[in-house]
Amino acid sequence: MNLDLKNYTLFLADNALILGQRLGEWCGYGPVLEQDIALTNISLDHLGQSRMLLQYAAKQAGNGATEDSLAFFRNEGEFRNLLITELPNNDWAFTLARQFLFDTFNFFQYEFLMNSRDETIQAIARKAIKEISYHAQFSAEWIIRMGDGTEESHQRVQKAINDLWMYTGEMFIADSASEAMTKAGVAPDYAQLAGQWKEKVNQVLELATLDHPEDGWMQKGGRTGNHTEHMGFILAEMQHIPRTYPTAKW
Amino acid sequence: MSVLNLESANLTLEQVSDPEIPVLTIADLGIIRNVKTEGRSVEVTITPTYSGCPAMDTIEADIKTALKAAGWQEVEVLTVLNPPWTTDWMSVEGRIKLEEYGIAAPINGTADKRSLFGKAEEARCPRCKSSSTQRISQFGSTPCKALYQCTSCLEPFDYFKCI
Repeated sequence: MNLDLKNYTLFLADNALILGQRLGEWCGYGPVLEQDIALTNISLDHLGQSRMLLQYAAKQAGNGATEDSLAFFRNEGEFRNLLITELPNNDWAFTLARQFLFDTFNFFQYEFLMNSRDETIQAIARKAIKEISYHAQFSAEWIIRMGDGTEESHQRVQKAINDLWMYTGEMFIADSASEAMTKAGVAPDYAQLAGQWKEKVNQVLELATLDHPEDGWMQKGGRTGNHTEHMGFILAEMQHIPRTYPTAKW
Repeated sequence: MSVLNLESANLTLEQVSDPEIPVLTIADLGIIRNVKTEGRSVEVTITPTYSGCPAMDTIEADIKTALKAAGWQEVEVLTVLNPPWTTDWMSVEGRIKLEEYGIAAPINGTADKRSLFGKAEEARCPRCKSSSTQRISQFGSTPCKALYQCTSCLEPFDYFKCI
């Protein structure tokens, strides 16, 4: 087994799984029907992508691992998703700001992965990029609509961007698995992605008449399994049924 | 017992419909990538439309049921991701059937993925055929659809997204 490849695949899978789970919480609570449907559609895309990636990770893990065992029977410290994906939804502005900052990162990440030297990751990325670019356009439009909207929407989305800023640094700091995969031509050079990401984010913030937060202390730890206090609660909700009834089948 | 060969397998597959959009067969959708037969065994390779499309599991089960009913003993369904599915693979008959069913068919050509905004595609109203329509939402009732409204006859309708 290539441990670095497995862990890197889990990083991609867990970002999609945890963010998909979070977005699913909006089901039935969206401000209007169309936006409720939009977020659950995006959630579904993420869950679909995470399934393909978890199947691949399970294949590498061997030992009878399956996509379900990886999703439902791993503990908090074994999840490798970025902290930003596990943050609570808060209000609409916060959810869309989180999407925007992550989607933009995800877009550039998958744009590289479309030419990854790993054939399976490449195939998944070529499928997923169509969905991810759609997500990135959707969330960027919302940032502009809210930033350049009413006084209240402007103030709410500015606060959201400010509060989320410290969770963006982690995107560009590779852990050892990512580093090894970058060397092997499987993964992008994460430090280099920062430039593209900043350019796009600045462009949207400017159109949205929003201030660019100052870079300060950056949180990190998700990539290596050190999560925020919110992670345990997500897993409790996501995992309690398969853990209570481990032999249950659909 | 009917004849079992590649041709008959294809004919059977052409009868399998999409569970979400029953007027379309999986052949119309263009998701069948390959069919191989050997004796009484058949192997069908399909590709998903969207990563999270819940219809894929049903489609796989429906393919197995249809081929077994046609007399095949061993039926295997494989999934490939690459090259990724595109709406360009949808058949001309499929597009006509979609419009008759009330869903605007995808317009050929994929939008520039690097553009900041998804330029709203100009869908044609399936009811009055007017092309003055507006996009209400990029997302719709299933992953493959967006929500539009006709500004001529005011009919709201689904548009099969072009990917």
